[in-house]
Amino acid sequence: MAENFKYTPQDFKSDQEVRWCPGCGDHFILNAVQKALPEVSHILNYDIERYVFVSGIGCSSRFPYYVNTYGFHGIHGRASAIATGIKCANPTLSVWQITGDGDALAIGGNHFIHAVRRNIDINILLFNNEIYGLTKGQYSPTSKLGSITKTSPFGTVEHPFRPGELVIGAQGKFFARSLDVDVKLTSEIMIEAAKHDGTSVVEILQNCVIYNDRTHGAITDKENREDRVITIRHGEKMVFGKNRDKGLILSGLSLKVVSIGQGGFTIDDILTHDAYEANPGVHMMLANMAYPEYPVALGVIRNVKETTYDDNVRDQVLEVMKTAKIKNVDDLLNYGDIWEV
Amino acid sequence: MSEQKLVLEIGEVVVRFSGDSGDGMQLTGTLFSEASALYGNSVSTFPDYPSEIRAPQGTIGGVSGFQVNIGSTKVNTPGDYCDVLVAMNPAALRANAKWVKPGGMIIVDNDTVNEKGLQRAGFKTDNPVEELKLQDFKVIFANISTLTKDSLKDTGLDNKSIIRSKNMFALGMVYYIFSRPLHFTEKYFETKFKKKPEIVEANKKVLRDGFNYAANIQAIPNTYHIPAATSIPKGKYRNINGNTAVAWGFIAASEKAKLPLFCGSYPITPATEILIELAKRKDLGVKTLQVEDEIAGICTAIGASFAGNFAVTTTSGPGLSLKSEAMGLATITELPLVIVNVQRGGPSTGLPTKTEQSDLFQALYGRNGECPMIVIAASTPSNCFDYAFLAGKLALEHMTPVVLLTDGYIANGTEPWKIPSMKDYPEIKAPIVPEGTKGYQPYARDEKRLARSWALPGTKGLEHRVGGLEKDFLKGTVSHDPMNHQRMTDIREEKVKRVQEFIPQQEAYGDKEGDLLVVGWGGTYGHLLTSVQKMREAGKSVSLCHFNYINPLPKNVKEIFGRYKKILVCELNMGQFANYLRMNFQEFNYMQFNKVQGLPFTVVELVDKFNQVLEGK
Repeated sequence: MAENFKYTPQDFKSDQEVRWCPGCGDHFILNAVQKALPEVSHILNYDIERYVFVSGIGCSSRFPYYVNTYGFHGIHGRASAIATGIKCANPTLSVWQITGDGDALAIGGNHFIHAVRRNIDINILLFNNEIYGLTKGQYSPTSKLGSITKTSPFGTVEHPFRPGELVIGAQGKFFARSLDVDVKLTSEIMIEAAKHDGTSVVEILQNCVIYNDRTHGAITDKENREDRVITIRHGEKMVFGKNRDKGLILSGLSLKVVSIGQGGFTIDDILTHDAYEANPGVHMMLANMAYPEYPVALGVIRNVKETTYDDNVRDQVLEVMKTAKIKNVDDLLNYGDIWEV
Repeated sequence: MSEQKLVLEIGEVVVRFSGDSGDGMQLTGTLFSEASALYGNSVSTFPDYPSEIRAPQGTIGGVSGFQVNIGSTKVNTPGDYCDVLVAMNPAALRANAKWVKPGGMIIVDNDTVNEKGLQRAGFKTDNPVEELKLQDFKVIFANISTLTKDSLKDTGLDNKSIIRSKNMFALGMVYYIFSRPLHFTEKYFETKFKKKPEIVEANKKVLRDGFNYAANIQAIPNTYHIPAATSIPKGKYRNINGNTAVAWGFIAASEKAKLPLFCGSYPITPATEILIELAKRKDLGVKTLQVEDEIAGICTAIGASFAGNFAVTTTSGPGLSLKSEAMGLATITELPLVIVNVQRGGPSTGLPTKTEQSDLFQALYGRNGECPMIVIAASTPSNCFDYAFLAGKLALEHMTPVVLLTDGYIANGTEPWKIPSMKDYPEIKAPIVPEGTKGYQPYARDEKRLARSWALPGTKGLEHRVGGLEKDFLKGTVSHDPMNHQRMTDIREEKVKRVQEFIPQQEAYGDKEGDLLVVGWGGTYGHLLTSVQKMREAGKSVSLCHFNYINPLPKNVKEIFGRYKKILVCELNMGQFANYLRMNFQEFNYMQFNKVQGLPFTVVELVDKFNQVLEGK
C-alpha cells in the first residue's frame, strides 16, 4: 500500500519517550494515527509541516509530544478553543485535537459543543475511557451510572453523556467511533475524518488499564467482539456477527436486531448505511446503540457536508476587503468627521 | 423676535444632558460635543449611564447622562460640576441637581413635571425647586414635549417619532445659549438619514425651533460665547473615544508588524465596543471571533498567536479573572498576546458601567505560579491608540503577553485627537524564524530581549511542540528538572524586567523638586493634571508624576521620588499602586488619596486634598 507514499509512520514519531502506562489503550491510538498520516498526506497532498496536534490536559493530552509535527499542549478543557484559533489564523493547516472524556465533556464541554456547532474544520479524537486517569481514578461525565470510583465509593448517581448524541445534538456533521485495539479500523476512520471538511469527532473507546480496566471489555474481547459490535460503512448493509448473519432493521421508530434467514428476514430487509443523510434520526439511533441491547456501532456513523466556520470567517473578510474604501490605517484615521485647525 | 441679548465671552463651560435612558441623551451630548469640536473648541466628554438598558421610565435608576466640557484653551477633564443642566424629566433633575454649579442654569421639560413624574422620581411635594433647594439656581421650566409636538405637527410623522425628537428641541435651546452654529448638526442629519429626507427636515426644524424658542423667552437673559481655541496645534482632528482608539491602535500595530490581526473575545461592558469596532474592520483584514466565553476568547487568541497572527483579546474585570489560567499559558509558551482590560467597578459584577482602577493587582499578580507580565496603562481617550500600538509592539518583539489597562472613563470618554500619520510610527519586528533555518531550538533566545523566536506552523523543518508544562530552557521539551525550573522562572522574570531598556524614562510635570509630588497612573491623568495646574496657578509647589508603564516601572522612578518632600498617590481603588510602589521603593513615605465610588475624581476634591497635604493635615 505505502510504496508511493511520501511519508512513513516513522516520520511522525517524535524523539520523546512515550510515557503512558504499559497496556494503555493510548499506545494503540498513537500507532493508528502514525499509520494513518502517511496515507492522509498522500490523499490530501499534505506536507508534514501542515499538521498541528493540539490537546488539553489528561493522559491523552500528552499525545502532541509524541508526534513529530507542530504541537500545542494546552490547558484543561480548552483545546477546542486553541485549535479554533489556530485554524482560523491559518486555514491551510490540518488541525487535530486530542482529548479525553473529562477534558472534552466536563471542563471543556462548552468549547467542545461550540466547536461542533460552528463546524470548524478540525479533527477531534476523543479518547473515552470513562474515567479520570491522570488524577488517578475519579468518575468522568461518561462513567456508567453506578460506577464505583475513588470519588464515588458508593457508585455514581449521575447519568453519563453519550458523546455521539451530544455531537449530533450540537448539530455535528461528522461522528465516528472505533476501539483502541482495532488499529486498522481507527486508521481507516482517521483518513475519513481528515477528508471531511468541518468538525470531525472520532470517539475511540479506550481502555485505562490501571483505573478502569475492561470498562469496554464486553465489546473489545476478541472471542465475542464480532457479535457485540457492528462496523458500518456508507453504502453497505448493516450486518454483523461471526457468521455475518445478524443485521439491523427499522421497526416502527426504533432499530431492531434480526437474524438473517430467520423470521422471514432476508438481506434485502437489512438497512443500508447512509452516512451522508442530513437527517440525524437514524445516525442518532446508531450512535446510541449500547450493548447488550444492541451491538455497539463502529465506523463513520455520520458524514454530512456543510460549510465550515474557518472558510466562512476567511471568505467574509475577503469579500468585504474587495470593495473596501479603507485600505490602510491612514485611511481609517482620516475617515468620517474630520476638521482642520 | 426679542431685541439682541447680551453675549458674554467665557473661556470654559460644562453642560450636562440627562434624561431617561431612552431619551437619546448620549446622542444629544455627542452632537453638542462634535459641533463644539468642529467649531474649534477643546472638548472632553463623559457619558454616565445605568447598567439597565431601559429601567422603569421616569425613575432615578433609569437616568442616563452625558457631560461635556468645552473650552477655548485645552480642557483635560469633562468638568466636575456643570454650568447648564438639561433634565428631560423630574428623575433626571433629582439625580443631577447636585452636579450643577451654584447659581447655574437648569432646563427642565415642564411637561414631565406632573404628579406621576414627580412621584416616580421620588419627590414628596409638587415643588421640586423647593425640595431640592434650587431657589438660587436659574431653573427654566420649558414645555419641551408640547413645543416639539407643535413644531412637528404638520410633518406627517407619527406621534412616537415626534416625541422622540424632543431631545433635539432641547439641543436647539442649548445651542442658542452657547451661540453654537447649527450647520454642523444639520449636516449630521443629512448624512445619517440620507434616505429619509422627511426625517432630515423634521430634525432640522425641531432643532431650529428649540433655538428660536430660547432666543424668545425672557428667562434666558444673556448668552455665552466660547471662542475657538487658539493654542491648539494646527492639523487635522477628529473625535475619538478610548475603546475605538484601542481597536485602531491594534490595527496599526498589525499593519506595522505586517501580521494579520486576530481578536478572540466575548462581549462585556465596558469593553464590548473594542470588539464591535474590530468586527467592522474586516475591510482591513481583521478577523474577529465572538466565541462562547471569556476563556475561549483568550484561548482562540493564543491559538492564533501560535499560528502566527498578532492576537489580542478584549475584556473587563470579571472577564480578566476568567482568563487568568490562559494568561499563564501564554506566559510559559512565550507567545505574543495583548489582553486589554477596560476596568470597571468590582468585585464580582460590581458596577459594570462605572469606572474604577481596582484591577491593577489582578493584572500584575492574578495568576498561579510565578507569572510576571508586562502591564501598561493608557491615560487619555486618544492615547489609548498609542498604548495599544505599544502593547502590540512589546508583545510581538519581546514574545510575551502584555496587559493593557484602560477604564470605563477613558473608554467611553471622548476628546478631539490630532490625527497622526502612520509614517511616524516605528516598524514592529517580530522574531519570526525564516524557512530553511537549521537546528531550530524553540526556547533559544536573543541576548538583548531574552525573547525566544517564533516558528510558525506550516513552515518546513521547524516542527516543534509547546505547552503549559515547564519547558527545557533550550529545546522546549517537557522538563521537570529542578534547576531548569529555577532557570526558566528567572528568565521569565528577567525578560519582563528587560523591557525597562525599551521604554521611555518617567517624566514629572511641574517643578524639578518641591513640596508635593502627586502620583497617579492610567485614566486619572486629566483630573490630576487639571488639579495640579490649578495648584500651580495658585503658586503652590505641586508636581505630577503620572505613570503609563506599570510593569516594569521606568528606570528613573526612585531618582524622581527622592526630589520631593511629600508623595501623594491618588487612585480609584484602595491603594493598589501605592502598595506596589511601597514594595518597589521602600525608602519613601507614600500618602494616599483613594476613591471607590464608580466615579472619576473631581478637580475640587483633589485640590482640597492637595491643600490639606501641603498644610500638613
